Amino acid sequence: MVAELGQFALALAFAIALTQGVLPLAGAARGNPAWMSVGRTAALGQLVFLAIAFGLLTYAFVSSDFTVAYVASHSNSRLPLAYRIAGVWGGHEGSLLLWVLILACWMVAVTLFSRNLPEDMVARVLGVMGLVAAGFLAFMLFTSNPFDRLLPAPPDGRDLNPLLQDPGMILHPPMLYMGYVGFSVAFAFAIAALLSGQLDAAWARWSRPWTTVAWVFLTLGNALGSWWAYYELGWGGWWFWDPVENSSFMPWLLGTALIHSLAVTEKRGSFRSWTVLLAIVTFVLSLMGTFLVRSGVLTSVHAFATDPARGVFILALLALVSGGSLALFAWRAPQLQLRGGGFGALSRESLLLTNNVLLAAATGTVMLGTLYPLALDALGLGKVSVGSPYFDAVFVPIIAPALFLIGVGPIARWKQASLPELAVRLRWAFAASVVLALVLPFALGRWSPPASFGLALALWIAATSAVSVWDRLRQAGSGLSVWRRMTDPSPAFYGMALAHVGVAVLVAGVTLVTGYETRKDVRMETGDTVAIGGYVLRFEGVAKEPGPNYVAERATLRVMRSGRNVATLQPSRRSYFSQQKPMSEAAIDSGFTRDLYATLGDALNATTWLVRVQHKPFVNWIWGGALLMALGGLFAASDRRYRIAVRGLREEKYLAALRDRQVAPEIATRKIAPWTREAGNG
Amino acid sequence: MAKALVLTFLLLLGGAAWGREAAPAAADPQLEEQVMAVAAELRCLVCQNQSIAESDSDLAKDLRDQVREKLRQGQSERDIIDYMIARYGDFVLWRPPFKLTTLLLWLGPVLLVLAGLIVLFYRLARERDGGEIELSEAARARAAQLLESRTEMEER
Repeated sequence: MVAELGQFALALAFAIALTQGVLPLAGAARGNPAWMSVGRTAALGQLVFLAIAFGLLTYAFVSSDFTVAYVASHSNSRLPLAYRIAGVWGGHEGSLLLWVLILACWMVAVTLFSRNLPEDMVARVLGVMGLVAAGFLAFMLFTSNPFDRLLPAPPDGRDLNPLLQDPGMILHPPMLYMGYVGFSVAFAFAIAALLSGQLDAAWARWSRPWTTVAWVFLTLGNALGSWWAYYELGWGGWWFWDPVENSSFMPWLLGTALIHSLAVTEKRGSFRSWTVLLAIVTFVLSLMGTFLVRSGVLTSVHAFATDPARGVFILALLALVSGGSLALFAWRAPQLQLRGGGFGALSRESLLLTNNVLLAAATGTVMLGTLYPLALDALGLGKVSVGSPYFDAVFVPIIAPALFLIGVGPIARWKQASLPELAVRLRWAFAASVVLALVLPFALGRWSPPASFGLALALWIAATSAVSVWDRLRQAGSGLSVWRRMTDPSPAFYGMALAHVGVAVLVAGVTLVTGYETRKDVRMETGDTVAIGGYVLRFEGVAKEPGPNYVAERATLRVMRSGRNVATLQPSRRSYFSQQKPMSEAAIDSGFTRDLYATLGDALNATTWLVRVQHKPFVNWIWGGALLMALGGLFAASDRRYRIAVRGLREEKYLAALRDRQVAPEIATRKIAPWTREAGNG
Repeated sequence: MAKALVLTFLLLLGGAAWGREAAPAAADPQLEEQVMAVAAELRCLVCQNQSIAESDSDLAKDLRDQVREKLRQGQSERDIIDYMIARYGDFVLWRPPFKLTTLLLWLGPVLLVLAGLIVLFYRLARERDGGEIELSEAARARAAQLLESRTEMEER
C-alpha cells in the first residue's frame, strides 16, 4: 500500500509540475495575471506531494519493506536505523527523488523570497523550474521508479554498500544536490531574463544571492566528499580525479566563474551574454553530474547498453535542456542590446574576464579528461584510461595563473586600472610572499620547487587579501572610530576576502600535504614500534569487536611524542555479513598542523599484522580552506543590499548608466555616495 | 646506521619499556618506493578507478609483485610500462600515451586556453575601440532626479 501511495504522490507531483511549467510561462507571455499566479501555488503543491513520496519511501526503508525493489537492493534488516534512512538516497532512484524534493524546496524558497520581484519574472522563473521538475519526474516515473515492487519479496535486503555506511555519506549527497539544484535557480533566472528581455543589472542582482548560496552548498558538498574519501577509503588520498568527483567538480569550477561574472554584470552591466551562458552551462553540468554518477555510465559506456531506456531518456533530457536553452540564447542574445559599461584592457573587469576564461578552460579540461575515454570507447577507437597523472599535468598549469589573479583582481579599479599603481600597492605583498615561500620549505625540512611555488601562491593570495582589506579600512575615512571603520565595508566585501583567504588556506594545505607527507608500511607484533613524523607509535595488539552488521578486528596503537602518550589510534578491518571482502577502517588522529593516519592490513600470522602509518602535514587545511570559502559565500549572500526592494527596472537601468558616466560631480560626491561605495566592494 | 640512530633516539625518548622497532613490510623499502611509483601509473583492471598502488585486489597484488620482480632484475620503469601495455593495452595506463587517437586529449587543454585567450583579446580590443553609451541631457536629468529621490527614501 505504501509503495502505491508513494507512486500516486509522484504522479500527482508530475501533473502539478507540468501545469507549473506551462501556465505561468504562457501567462507571462500573454500578460495573464491569473495564469502567472499559478506558479506559487503549484510550487507549494509539488513540495507537499514530493515530501509525501519521500516520507513514504523513507518509511519503506525504516520498516524494511523488501517488497519494494529499491529497498531490497539498498537496505538490510540488520542495517542501523540512521543508514536505513540514508539508504533512501544511496542509489539511483532514491537520489533522483531527493533531487526533485530539493528542487521543490528551492522553488518554494523562490516564492518566499521574491515578494519584491515583478510578478512576470517570478512566473517565468517558476515556470522554467517547473519544466525541469517535470523532466525529472517523468524520468523517474518511466524509467527509474523507486516504488517498483519486487514480488515475491526476498527474505532480506542486499544491504547498503558498506562504503556508504558512514556519517559523511549521509550528508554528502544532500549537500551536493542542494548545490546542483540551487544552480537551477540561476538557470531559471537566466532563461526568464532571456524570455522577457530584462537582461540587466537588476536581473543580475536578483540571481546573485541564489547563485552564491548554491555555490556554498556545492563547495561544502565537494569538501565533504573529499573528506569522506580521505577517511573512509583507507589509503589517505583526498582527491582522486575520479570521474564521479570530476562530475561534481565541473559545476563547481564553472559556478565559481559564474559568481564572479555575475558580480561584474551587477556592478557594471558588462558581460551580460557571457553571464547568461555561464548560468546555462553550469546548470547543464549539474544535470550531467547527477545523471552520470548514479546511472553508472561513468564506469562503463555499456551501462547504456544494458539499460537503453534510461540512457536514451538521460541523453534526450540533457539535449532538451542544453539544446533548448542554448537555442533560446542564440536567438535572443543578439536581439537584446547587451553592451554594458566600457572598460580598459587593464581593469577589474578585464581581470575578472581573464579569471573566467581560465576557469572555463579548466572546466573544459576536466570534462575532456572525464568524457574522453567514454567517447573513444563509444566510437570503437580503443580503450584508454585518464587518471590523476593526466589531470595533475594539465590542470595545475591552467589554474595557477587564475590563483595568481585572485591577488590582483580585488585591488584593481573598475573600468581602468593603472599598472604602476597596482605595482605600488602590491609590491610588499609580492616581496613578502616570494621571500617566505623560498624560506619556509627549509623550515619544513626540504626545499623543492613545487612546494615553494604552491606556498608562494597561497601566501600571495593571503597577503593581497590583507592588503585589500587594509586599504578598504583606510579609505573608510580618517575621522571615524575603529568600529565605524570596520563596519563600513559591506558583508559582501568581507565575504569575498574571507573566501579568498579560504583559497589560500586550501592551496597551502594541498601543497604541504603533497610535498611533505610520509608513510611507512611495517609488520607489527605486540610491543613493536614505528617512528614517523616525530611520533612513535606502539602496537598494542588486535581485539575482536562485534558491530551491528559486521564483525571487526581492531588494532590499538599508542602514539607517543617526547615520551608522553598523546593519542591512541584504533584502525580496524570490518567483515560485513553481506560482503565477501573485509573493509579497512582507518584511524586518524587529527590536528591543526598534521594528521596521523593508521590502517590495518592483512594478518601475516596469528600475532603479526601489516600496518600502514602515514604522517600528513596540514591536510586539514584543505577542508578548512573549503569551509572558509563557504563561510565567505554565506557572508556575501547575507548582504542587505540584495534585499532592498527594486523599484522599477527603468530606474535600475538609469543607475547602471549613471555609474558608467560618473555624472555631475556634486551629485556623485553627495548623493550617490552609498552606491559608489558598494560598487567598489567587489 | 640510520636504524641505529632511530633506536638510540627511541631509547632516549621512551626508556627501556618501549618496544623494538617494527620491521618494514617490504624486504627492501627503497625498492618498494620505486614499485609504488610505477604502480601509481597503472590501472587496476578489475577495480573501479583505482591504480594498482591503491587497490587491495588480488590482481593488483599480483601486478605489484611483477613490477617488483622486474625492477629487481634491473628493468627500467619504461620497460615495465611497455611490457604492461603490450599485455593489457593502453587501458592499463593512467597517463594515456600520446598518439593519434589521444591527440585531442593532450592538445585539448592548450587549445581551450588559446581559444579563450583569443576571444579575450578580441573582446578587450573591441572594448577599447567601442564607444561609451551616450546619455542624452534628458536622461541625465532624469537619472539625477531618480538618485535624489532614492537617497531620500533610503535616508528615511
